Amino acid sequence: MALSDILVFTMSAVIFRLVFGTLRVFLPGAGDRWRGWLLLVASILAVYWLQPPLPIRYIDFWLPTLTLLLVFLCWLVTAPREKRFARENLATIGLLVITILATGMTRYLSISGVITPSRPPEIWQVALLLVVVALLVGTLRVFLPGAGLLLRFPRSAATVPGITIFLLLFLFIILKLPALTLAASAGLRGLMGQSGSMANATDLRWLGFSYVAFRLIHTLRDRQTGRLPAVSLREYLVYVIFFPSFTAGPIDRLERFVKDLRQPMGLSSPGQLHPECSDEDFAVAGRRLLMGLFKKFALADGLALVALNAINAPQVQSTGWMWIVLYAYSLQIYLDFSGYTDIAIGLGRLLGIRLPENFNQPYLKPNLTQFWNNWHMTLTQWLRAYFFNPVTRSLRSARRPMPPMTVLFITQVSSMLLIGLWHGITWNFALWGLWHGIGIFAQNRWSDWIRPRVTGLDAHPWFKKGVAAAGTLLTFHYVTLGWVWFALPDLTLAGQVFQRLFGL
Amino acid sequence: MFTRRFLRNVIIKALLLFLACNVLFAAWNPVATLGSISVYNLIFPGRLRFPFGEDPQHAYNLSLYSLEAMFASHVLAGTPAHSAQEEYRVLLLGDSSVWGTLLRPEQTLAGQLDAANLQTCHGQQVRVYNLGYPTLSLFKDLMILREAQRYQPDLVVWLVTLESFPVDRQFSSSIVANNPYRVKSLIQSDGLSFSPEDPALERPTFWIRTIIGQRRWLADMLRLQIYGVLWAATGIDQVYPEQYPAAQRDLEADDTFNNWKPSVLLEGQLAFDVLDAGMRQVTGTRMLLVNEPILISAGKNSDIRYNFYYPRWAYDLYRKFLQERSQQMSWNYLDLWNLVPEKEFTNSAIHMTPEGTAQLAQRIGGELLKESCR
Repeated sequence: MALSDILVFTMSAVIFRLVFGTLRVFLPGAGDRWRGWLLLVASILAVYWLQPPLPIRYIDFWLPTLTLLLVFLCWLVTAPREKRFARENLATIGLLVITILATGMTRYLSISGVITPSRPPEIWQVALLLVVVALLVGTLRVFLPGAGLLLRFPRSAATVPGITIFLLLFLFIILKLPALTLAASAGLRGLMGQSGSMANATDLRWLGFSYVAFRLIHTLRDRQTGRLPAVSLREYLVYVIFFPSFTAGPIDRLERFVKDLRQPMGLSSPGQLHPECSDEDFAVAGRRLLMGLFKKFALADGLALVALNAINAPQVQSTGWMWIVLYAYSLQIYLDFSGYTDIAIGLGRLLGIRLPENFNQPYLKPNLTQFWNNWHMTLTQWLRAYFFNPVTRSLRSARRPMPPMTVLFITQVSSMLLIGLWHGITWNFALWGLWHGIGIFAQNRWSDWIRPRVTGLDAHPWFKKGVAAAGTLLTFHYVTLGWVWFALPDLTLAGQVFQRLFGL
Repeated sequence: MFTRRFLRNVIIKALLLFLACNVLFAAWNPVATLGSISVYNLIFPGRLRFPFGEDPQHAYNLSLYSLEAMFASHVLAGTPAHSAQEEYRVLLLGDSSVWGTLLRPEQTLAGQLDAANLQTCHGQQVRVYNLGYPTLSLFKDLMILREAQRYQPDLVVWLVTLESFPVDRQFSSSIVANNPYRVKSLIQSDGLSFSPEDPALERPTFWIRTIIGQRRWLADMLRLQIYGVLWAATGIDQVYPEQYPAAQRDLEADDTFNNWKPSVLLEGQLAFDVLDAGMRQVTGTRMLLVNEPILISAGKNSDIRYNFYYPRWAYDLYRKFLQERSQQMSWNYLDLWNLVPEKEFTNSAIHMTPEGTAQLAQRIGGELLKESCR
């Protein structure tokens, strides 16, 4: 999100809050009814607004549209059968279609994009896509008994959510594996009458897809296990594409998000209906927004000028300066990401949604496990819930159970490897994941080994403080060294940087 | 617990404070003071040439309008006060050929002269500082020269070329256009034939002088300090492309210069008064004027033009004027226009290769030693 986007969102959120607060005073209940609808329209428009321009013709319109259709599809898959086409959901479908069409119609207002980054395609093409989707859903439901069965989901059936998860993972792999992205780009260029030879792996920057996929997989998995609460299409859409957290998280849980969404929101004074979400919301939101803006646009962007990258890495001439540019990168990536999280939490708070925290002073933690419990917390919680715990359970309950140590090694390393590959299916991200996976395993083993041997010393405060300080320093440097893999796609260059860092 | 009254007061006080800071900033106008604050020569080594760059992210350098900030980041500003007495201090003044486009700091004229480890006949070490700046304007050179005088140079070598002379181009250099008070002061103190009210000079309004109006300047100042890290870490201060378009050798059959037809160029159209002002000696400082080398093409239409910049008639006339003026004013003058062969020029008719620059350095080095022993 650019600074201008954040300012527009903040102003809109403040106006939104003031208007609905006032409505609550004069027309009790009316504001809350409309809040969800307005958030839905705002979030749909934001999906288009935030999408960066792409060189393939109309793709920067089609990708946001595909996001919305994917969310709709996943809702169909997860929603209880009897509530799927309830009146409110039909109204939401209508609003979704109208908003997409209206966005497409902006084609006739300007030769460049109004809401979209470039001019949308012909409106008949947009309408055709929507008709095809509608026919597909209708046909599957009415004419194909087998597919109809799938859509009706017998209680025990987990097939359709499973297939949908594979579909999402398939898309994810296409977007994150440079060779496939390139091939997809060439194919799409051909489809649009553009030269495939100009294809580039960056042509398919599908904004927000990574986070959208995480939220969708969460709902699909919970649907499979029967833990997903029943939510309307409107609530589901707002949850997945909620604009403050659309591009960079946090990854909230549906049940928690919807609880906030259903809670009335107002600009009440202390003593009125909801004092806990009134003036304090403004104060907290303001503080988080200012903090986030400062972290992102003053500190992180300043550090970005001198942080390690593929261009300056081979130019740095000495060990000392190499450490300094690496420290700059380490701080920049934290301030950038946590700054965005602060902004998202601040905006969310203004809109009456308390998004979860994503960072809790991770660089001050005394070991790697704690670092990961406090860095991108919602991602690690997601991975723990949907990968680490199930895989651990599965390996432990296998017919021929593995030794606990082997299970731990496999699950810890593979979890971190997955986090690495989530950033891109390339060797450098894989190595970054392995670096952390092996680091966490080694640190756990060391902790287990050393703990009984220093039991007596624990009583001395200076010892505890000293160990904590040394642990923090060591953890920070281990994480910082890991960023070398993350920052540099070229492994040879990363190797050279390590050599320089250690004066080799 | 935050009350609405508390929040309102915070917002009102913040706005008032911000407003007051802006008004104070505009009234005090601390641009010069702030510009002279620098982490160069303190945390990072001083730059070997002035900050200038159109691609800051890759050059680790950027262009500024503040002469104070430019000098503050220069290695010259970090020299101890006593060193001006101990060393024989030479300042090089000129355009991009002196600044060293496409040359690494050690390959520039100043870098090569400095590396030669010259000693004066009095045993003083010759130290050469690069004060070139990549725009073509004598007025810009004069501004830099005046600012540089406080560093007590023993010798100033001023390299000039015809492109810097046309009167109507003196303010087209953005560093000149954006320093209207400095320009006005020079016009008045040196009696120059320019109008201080020239519309090309951008006078900041009160609004422009506020923090909001100066935000770009403030951001550039900060960025210059931050780029000190990569300057120190890499020694890079410009982009060095592996390939670049070579200077034109085959030329247009065009005999105009600055839209002037042959026989129209008069001495009055060239800013000799600015040159006079610069060459007026300051006590203890010697001046050496050099007509810098140019590319002399042997390509198509080279009978009409020497190169992309100069038709033969205009350049020959300019050399005549400069020669006459130097004799008349008893200046130390070197005409090195044809010193460097055509193949030693890079992407422009005045930018030289390291080898071409070495030839120039050898010639100027000899002259410099002669000057130092006078």
